[in-house]
Amino acid sequence: MNEFSLLIGGKAGFGIDKSATVIGLILNRIGQRVYIYRDYPSLIRGGHTFSIIRTARKRIAAHQNKIDFILALNQDTFDLHKDKLKDGAIVIYDPDSVKIEGLSAGVQTIGIPITKIVKEENAPEIMRNTCIIGAFVRAGQISWDILDAVFRKEFNKEADLNLKIARRGYDATKELVKIEPFNQEALPLVSGNQALSLGLIKGGLTTYIAYPMTPSSPILHFLAESAENFGLKVIHPESEIGVMLMALGFSYMGEKTAVGTSGGGFCLMTEGLSFAGMAELPIVIVLGQRPGPSTGLPTYSSQTDLHFALNAGQGEFARFIVAPADAEESYFWAAKALNISWKYQIPSIILTDKNLGEGVFNFDINSIPPIKEDAPVLWGRKSPYQRYQLTENGISGLAFAGDKCAVVKVNSYEHDEYGITTEDPVQTVLMQDKRLLKEKYLRQDLEKIETVKVYGKKDSTVGLLCWGSNKGVCVELADKLGLKVIQPIVLAPFSIDQFQRAVSGVKKLISVENNATAQLARLLKMYGIGVDKHILKYDGRPFSLDELEKLIKEAVK
Amino acid sequence: MSEINLGTPAQNTWCPGCGNFAIMNAIKAVLTELSAEGVPLENIVLVSGIGCHAKIVDYLNVNSFYSIHGRATPAAEGIKLANPKIKVICFAGDGDAYGEGIEHLIFAAKRNIDITMIIHNNRVYGLTTGQYTPTSPTGFKGRSTPQGTKEPPINPLELMLASNASFLARGTSHGMELLKKIFKEAILHRGFSLVDVLQVCVTYFNMYEYYDKRVYEIKDHDAADYNQALQKVREWDYNADKPIALGVIYKKDAPVFEEKLTARDTAGREAKIRGILKTFI
Repeated sequence: MNEFSLLIGGKAGFGIDKSATVIGLILNRIGQRVYIYRDYPSLIRGGHTFSIIRTARKRIAAHQNKIDFILALNQDTFDLHKDKLKDGAIVIYDPDSVKIEGLSAGVQTIGIPITKIVKEENAPEIMRNTCIIGAFVRAGQISWDILDAVFRKEFNKEADLNLKIARRGYDATKELVKIEPFNQEALPLVSGNQALSLGLIKGGLTTYIAYPMTPSSPILHFLAESAENFGLKVIHPESEIGVMLMALGFSYMGEKTAVGTSGGGFCLMTEGLSFAGMAELPIVIVLGQRPGPSTGLPTYSSQTDLHFALNAGQGEFARFIVAPADAEESYFWAAKALNISWKYQIPSIILTDKNLGEGVFNFDINSIPPIKEDAPVLWGRKSPYQRYQLTENGISGLAFAGDKCAVVKVNSYEHDEYGITTEDPVQTVLMQDKRLLKEKYLRQDLEKIETVKVYGKKDSTVGLLCWGSNKGVCVELADKLGLKVIQPIVLAPFSIDQFQRAVSGVKKLISVENNATAQLARLLKMYGIGVDKHILKYDGRPFSLDELEKLIKEAVK
Repeated sequence: MSEINLGTPAQNTWCPGCGNFAIMNAIKAVLTELSAEGVPLENIVLVSGIGCHAKIVDYLNVNSFYSIHGRATPAAEGIKLANPKIKVICFAGDGDAYGEGIEHLIFAAKRNIDITMIIHNNRVYGLTTGQYTPTSPTGFKGRSTPQGTKEPPINPLELMLASNASFLARGTSHGMELLKKIFKEAILHRGFSLVDVLQVCVTYFNMYEYYDKRVYEIKDHDAADYNQALQKVREWDYNADKPIALGVIYKKDAPVFEEKLTARDTAGREAKIRGILKTFI
């Protein structure tokens, strides 16, 4: 067995998340490429939580519904997922809490007295995980040394006890299949949120401000933990309104600042977003999408806020919107967004979602194009300082409070070059034009980068149109079915030229989106591009390979 | 004391007799004094919300951040946290700071961030032409409440005291000398300071006569004593007909939020990122 899917499940509070990471790391160390999908309800204890760990020789970013291993710590895990078991699959379970019934003959089962073992060793209940991981490692004939090394790294506090329990699970199991190692170097396993955080750091982030909201909270947690290492200020204020305005205060002082939230929090940030547009204060907003309207499905995923992001905030102002699809793109575009915001003094929105943010991917930093820092345009110190000086490209040089020679005035009202309020009609038009002019130069800059990507069979007449986290599943299927994939990454300012080039030769364009109204297709309609078929999924769960393959085949017919 | 030019070419549009003039003149005098005493003016940032009060930043040739309604406080906090050397003086109206932005005010006080809030508390919305505010007295007849308000005002100083503010004072726009004294003390106080200025709106709620008869300057009062301060802020609840105390009501030394933040450091990031990635294998 060399490519497979494993599902581990239990109640929230069982430590399923951590176990999935540990299993991912073990497989990673034998040269398997790994993708982890995490599924959990919005509660602290109870409910049903599971992770699917999928491995392959090549990089992957999608899960499938056919499962080779189930590690069941409770009855739900078995009952809810047994239909996904392939012929020849293996179920490892705890007979004290799971009853196996109704399986086809081709499925092998191993009952390990996990609860009993944990009790005998006087270990906490959460270590049932460790026991089942030990059993899996033995069943798949993975070397004990690898488990040992990963455990010592991951459980620094109770490594010995965890290893002891794992060994009992290991010893209680027999070898059933051989999970083949691949002869390739292990790559770091990171979540989309971690990659994005590191990208912000790479881009020069000095301050991160956020109010907790799924699926963006892990960015707040990761950066708060990393604050000392990277010299960051990380602050959690009273509300998203407070977040946004505090961030703009930092931005005014020259601090490269980002904020993170989801739809509901972004609603509260929009008055500050519009202010940033008017006052020309650089700011990066990470908008992790989840199903709405309103509170919706807090711990699940969607792509429903594209048009919200495109249009949020009163008035008309330039903005940069990017939707990365995987860990490398999250890293690259987070750094880029920070730079673009500071070069053009505009807000940037990074659209992610729960599948991307909390999904776990292999991450190859060496495959990322070099990110060169575009230094912000600073005041030339020649004429008296004017915060909103009219220039050829609309960008006024920056100065910051504390500069002896400059008085720095920013304003939410329409203002003159000095920053003083005006209602003069001529001045109003000059300033509106100045602010919008910056977008023209940003567009020119972006033409130097590939902002609409093409994958799959480049000369296919059938194109899959996707954005964000659906890239992984679309590219894998396109490779299999001989189709082309078109993935716009930058959504504002949108490059219709690059899109036209990417879509040339395609006779049938099929959009694949996690929303109910085909939001990317709607954006393209504004540019006169029609989409022939829509494949839309809006139940909060990602497309699995098998599911999408069926839908594509129907759409292509 | 040498004269410094704090004016701008902006035309002043406050009504004649507006209480905002007293606040602006007092702050000009304080800035001039501070500058003479060695506080560089470039290290001062003025923040304002939206309302008649907020125009003050257009009229002063000092760094400024003209924020949006209700959101002067969090911007002021951000500026201070970004660079603790900066002295942040934040002007806000009563509708602004005590209404739309009350949550921010409570949290800024709770954190004891070293900013100075000067509240232009005229107890009426001026710029939107005469509606009641959080501090209008019960029965106030404004354009949105023609039969009179049916709710009592909040007592902002009592609320701030409960929220851990470390400096609280009250002044009026009929008392420039006292305003100057209080403003300077508030700005030099290390921690969150708030001055509630009974600033009179001559057009929509002219309270000059009312205040003149009732205000008195605090004497024999220990501002470091929380209980005395509590008694003082409860003496007049912004509603009943009671004497109105002016001066510094509460003052305490307490740690400030900004000293607990990590210092900025962007050195060696690429190597550190690669180091972290190694731990993800």
